[in-house]
Amino acid sequence: MPHDGHDHHHDHQHDHAPPPDDPSFSSDQALGARALRLLLEEAGVLEPGEVARQIDRMDGITPSMGASVVARAWVDPAFRKRLIETPVAACTEMGIDLQGTHLHVVENTASVHNVIVCTLCSCYPKPLLGIPPDWYKSYEYRARAVIEPRAVLAEFGVAIPDSVEVRVHDSTADLRYLVLPARPQGTEGWSEEKLAAIVTRDSMIGTAIPKA
Amino acid sequence: MSTNPERRGMHDMGGDPDHRWSGPVPRAEHVLAPWEKEVDAIRTLLGRKGLQTADELRLGIESLSGEDYARLSYYERWLRSVVHTMEVKGILKPGAHAAKVAELKARRP
Repeated sequence: MPHDGHDHHHDHQHDHAPPPDDPSFSSDQALGARALRLLLEEAGVLEPGEVARQIDRMDGITPSMGASVVARAWVDPAFRKRLIETPVAACTEMGIDLQGTHLHVVENTASVHNVIVCTLCSCYPKPLLGIPPDWYKSYEYRARAVIEPRAVLAEFGVAIPDSVEVRVHDSTADLRYLVLPARPQGTEGWSEEKLAAIVTRDSMIGTAIPKA
Repeated sequence: MSTNPERRGMHDMGGDPDHRWSGPVPRAEHVLAPWEKEVDAIRTLLGRKGLQTADELRLGIESLSGEDYARLSYYERWLRSVVHTMEVKGILKPGAHAAKVAELKARRP
């Protein structure tokens, strides 16, 4: 920034500075989002403050919620069965509201490794894992996961032996998937909390394997 | 727009038949900007209120031209779709969103 030697100019520049909490507030995208919110509030469709509350709610949903469900399934065989057979009820037991999402839990075993993709868009179990990662929405992942899953997994550092079947599940607007990873060896006797800590987001998408 | 009905839409990427996306999966992740969270929240609330189903969101995105689909970012596509659905349902007047953006832009410091 050029400096003209008139130090008093600096004081006035504060009047024009964007709010420090929102560096993108003046971008065209930000104006587009704000215009939409204001119009919907004017139309009475959204209440003032409702969007901010929803942002807070979404910020509170992290992959740790999915991890807690997986850890419970690892320590409690009856819960594991309920999670696979009636996932909505099982998540409700854990205090997690799936918000109308139809969830299908696919379990990794010694002979099957599951991977989730949404080739058409970005459908994802948001109530359990939060916002999907950028790579999940990338064109390369969407295009390639269904045709060369082993090559894609290799890029993530996951080598699946030829003897293990790789099943790729293409999500839809109506049906979302969650991978139930296999409990790693060497975790015998671990607490549920300690187990949950090794269940990563990517392991519940199928692009990682939990490690003890 | 393609005149060949068998040609897939831009969004229909699975299997990559045209070998357009055969490169490595980009692994960089970004923290959502406030405006991206705002669009996500608006869309979630509209879904919960029954004003835009996930299918309607998808339809709005998939109706974008291939050029726009490739040019716009993820939440820009969502924003376009939400505005489209709200116009179709008569909740927003056509042009109202662009006018509001222009109004905000004029007030921008």
